Amino acid sequence: MEIPKSFLGYKRENGRAGTRNHVIILPVDDISNACAEAVANNIKGTIALPHSYGRLQFGADLELHFRTMIGTGKNPNVAAVIVIGIEPKWTKRIVDAIAKTGKPVEGFSIEGVGDIDTIAKVSKKAQEFSMWASEKQREECPISDLWISVKCGESDTTSGLASNPTVGNLMDKLEPLGVHLCFGETSELTGAETVCAKRGKTPEAKEKFMKTWNAYNDFILKEATDDLSESQPTAGNIAGGLTTIEEKAFGNFQKIGSRQFIDVLEPAEEPTKGKGLYFMDTSSAAAECVTLQAAGGFNIHLFPTGQGNIIGNPIEPVIKLTANPLTVKTMSEHIDVDVSKILSRQMNLDQAGDELIKATLRVANGRLTCAEALGHKEFVMTKLYRSA
Amino acid sequence: MVSTDIIIHDEKDNVGVVVIEKITQNQDCNCWIMENDKSVKIQSKNDIQLGHKIAMVDLNEGDTILKYGHDIGKVVKSIKKGEHVHVHNVKTKKW
Repeated sequence: MEIPKSFLGYKRENGRAGTRNHVIILPVDDISNACAEAVANNIKGTIALPHSYGRLQFGADLELHFRTMIGTGKNPNVAAVIVIGIEPKWTKRIVDAIAKTGKPVEGFSIEGVGDIDTIAKVSKKAQEFSMWASEKQREECPISDLWISVKCGESDTTSGLASNPTVGNLMDKLEPLGVHLCFGETSELTGAETVCAKRGKTPEAKEKFMKTWNAYNDFILKEATDDLSESQPTAGNIAGGLTTIEEKAFGNFQKIGSRQFIDVLEPAEEPTKGKGLYFMDTSSAAAECVTLQAAGGFNIHLFPTGQGNIIGNPIEPVIKLTANPLTVKTMSEHIDVDVSKILSRQMNLDQAGDELIKATLRVANGRLTCAEALGHKEFVMTKLYRSA
Repeated sequence: MVSTDIIIHDEKDNVGVVVIEKITQNQDCNCWIMENDKSVKIQSKNDIQLGHKIAMVDLNEGDTILKYGHDIGKVVKSIKKGEHVHVHNVKTKKW
């Protein structure tokens, strides 16, 4: 198949391109959720991104909170941003960082004003942003403007046999065209960690990967009470035939095809070393991982599933594929791409990879994903430790 | 092309994955090895459902299970060729 060289995206002020055109109402902290949700309810064409944290965090955990907030606002799928926090200082830090992209952003704080007057004030600004963004048109953008993140979930053995290698096939075909790619799930590479480390493009990348994996593994060993049964693999994984974390890891690893990774990113860190594949240190929990990848600047997501994970994200469209014929049958409203014919050998990986590329471009051009049509907007912050 | 009941990732693997809804006890199954495009046959000793693994050889306690050509865990209860391989007879070497 000849791969199209462009898609229709929204060109942003900083040179990036979006596959979506959201106006977001971003609460800095948990107690600003009510205000953000009220504004999004008042003003059509905006979405609130409520979450559970943002108070009394400190150190690396606080930095991750800021990186996630700022990265979400900077994402090219977002046209304009309203930031609402209880206090002005942290609100301003987030606003100032997002403003560097050149997109419209404005911050509000609630203390000394109260919810009702804040909601009135913010709603006026949100209306202005929403109407401004509604005039943005899709334009032809080079395919290299796609930043594709991947993460699998509710995996079973069909994931490792077919849906994950389909994503790998897409990576092998699209990387030469200059796209950015990102995989994560540090703990779910356990058992395949040394094989994965060898895919580092440089000695530094290899070393950084092993350091990252070791740190995560040490944390798991320290916190695990007995073993991780029912967490890794999950009960769903086991029902689907996956027996051990090593088996799950080698299946997971199929998603990067034969690619090498350039660098290891902190959670929610934006890649800066140019096109190619990056590994991001993330949890293997689906919503946490995708939220971090979206905050890293990725604008379209591929999500292979076996037993049927249903996750979506508010700003990054999540495309689901499965090779499990039972999941196709029982959960069809969640499946964007059916590659189950690989198992009956009526389709090969090359054909499946082409199908996934076509589906990815349709979604990049504006087609809603199943998760979007069903209203899935899981925005889940990763928290490293307890607040002070 | 004959229908495929079981797919094996790598020639070195000692387990295969059931890719039809279910195989039944004593069924003669067609296996396809992805890596080298070869076909082999095996008779199942248990009913095994989609996605679950079958032992391609006899395995003893302490043996390593190979899938994708790599170590995915250890045998904790001996397994006969054709039997179901899962959490009841295989455990992780990690956590």
